[in-house]
Amino acid sequence: MKKTKDMLSPDGTRPVKQEFPKRNHISEYPTGPGFTAGHLAEINAGWRVFKPIIDIEKCIGCYKCYMVCPDGVIFKTGEKAVAVDYDYCKGCGVCAHECPVKAITMIKDERD
Amino acid sequence: MKLDNSKKLFVSGDEAIALGVRLARPHVISAYPITPQTIVVERLSEMVEDKSLDADFMHVESEHSALSAAMGVSAVGARAFTATSSQGLLYMAEVLSYCSGGRYPVVMMNANRALALPWSIFGDQSDSLLLLGSGWIQCYVEDAQEALDMIIQAYKIAEHPQVLTPFMVNLDGFILTHTYELVDIPDQSEVDEFLPPFSTPNQMSLENPMNLGFSSTPADNLEFKYQQHQAMLNSLSVIEDIDAEFGDKFGRYYGGVLETYQTDDAEHIMITVGTITGTTRVVVDKLRDAGKKVGLIKLRYLRPMPEQALIEAVGDAMSIGVIDKDISFGHEGTIFTNVNSALSKSNQTPKKHNFICGMGGRNISKNDIIEMFQLLEDSVKGKDIPAVNFINLNTSIQEKE
Ligand code: SF4
Ligand code: SF4
Repeated sequence: MKKTKDMLSPDGTRPVKQEFPKRNHISEYPTGPGFTAGHLAEINAGWRVFKPIIDIEKCIGCYKCYMVCPDGVIFKTGEKAVAVDYDYCKGCGVCAHECPVKAITMIKDERD
Repeated sequence: MKLDNSKKLFVSGDEAIALGVRLARPHVISAYPITPQTIVVERLSEMVEDKSLDADFMHVESEHSALSAAMGVSAVGARAFTATSSQGLLYMAEVLSYCSGGRYPVVMMNANRALALPWSIFGDQSDSLLLLGSGWIQCYVEDAQEALDMIIQAYKIAEHPQVLTPFMVNLDGFILTHTYELVDIPDQSEVDEFLPPFSTPNQMSLENPMNLGFSSTPADNLEFKYQQHQAMLNSLSVIEDIDAEFGDKFGRYYGGVLETYQTDDAEHIMITVGTITGTTRVVVDKLRDAGKKVGLIKLRYLRPMPEQALIEAVGDAMSIGVIDKDISFGHEGTIFTNVNSALSKSNQTPKKHNFICGMGGRNISKNDIIEMFQLLEDSVKGKDIPAVNFINLNTSIQEKE
């Protein structure tokens, strides 16, 4: 069984995705839906039209965006510094709306 | 009234449940009171208060919360108990499937009571029968002794590694919950030997952090359901083994999934669930004295459905009757449906009749049961008897001229 520290990215800021490998026999399934934490989230950035860009120079480190992000994808990168995990940001813009110093801007997400 | 640890106590069905729960040493009781289950919760809270039961009593605001909390208790590998009845069970219904799907072996007592409308506090079995598909083991007991004993067995069956399925012990409202009888109280030390602390493979813990009780994409969902079904089928033999082990230790055997009475040479067999078994047994004796070859099958479990045992018990009887204290409107009694389906998997072709009675607390008398046996006999003799019969309606249902 993995320990908590093994389920974080090398810099310790983000959980890493755990694979739920295909089971070849029914006995390999867990008893009821339970599995190593973190495996659930599939990358789901596909529905985003706009993405938030944080101007770290303007940011005062109030962590309001961190608190309000409905998907918990804003994380601390140090004292007075935040970043967005774009693999899971859905582009709702709540963070930009709530930032007291307008350090977050929503820009058109150019992806193919 | 203080329930001490005497060898024998004169107690109600509800109190017998509370005594059984205390002997099983649950860590947490989370329950919301509802007639006719209330006394169970009252006695347990008194036991926690007077420290004769070392458990936390959670005062929850509803049945939905009661089972949600019990499920959380089970998820950390602790033993949980809850109890409810009727509308309370239905309010809890959403959590029933969470609990069974999560494989949390919670034990619950349900006081069988009518469903509204018409609103009624009196007994019938419509509540639990509505939830046969919820993934819970369903056992129905006949008297207070069996109620106490089955709480102890319930934990052992539910927590068995091949089963890990929540367990519902059903008592007929008032007829059993509120009547008194002399009950043998097993020794705590013997219960401790019989029922060791449980461990669960899907335990919530800080050492092994896991996501528990999550969703699943279509790619894996069916496999979890298959496992659940398999666990319930596994419980058939576990129930037999544990009943035998219990009998060896405490001297009371219940026959496992079902009990037969005078069925060996029986031509007409009544199938009963719960307290009506007692009255039917008396009627069988009476009819036997009059030379009638009648018998009785007491179905103790409806989930898992003991199909094979039922087929064997029916043998080559000419007719079977099923007493249902419920009706699935527009079809038939639910127990009848289940019995019919089981028997359809054999080559037996007895006449089969369903007797709907006792709903909303209506009494079922010995004469009613004698009438049912008569209908079975008439049917075998070629008389046209409907498959579904309402017994003891107190008004005419004949077409008006
Ligand atoms: S846009 Fe929405 S989802 Fe993305 S970081 Fe901001 S608040 Fe979170
Ligand atoms: S809300 Fe704005 S100022 Fe506050 S931490 Fe987030 S980006 Fe920085």
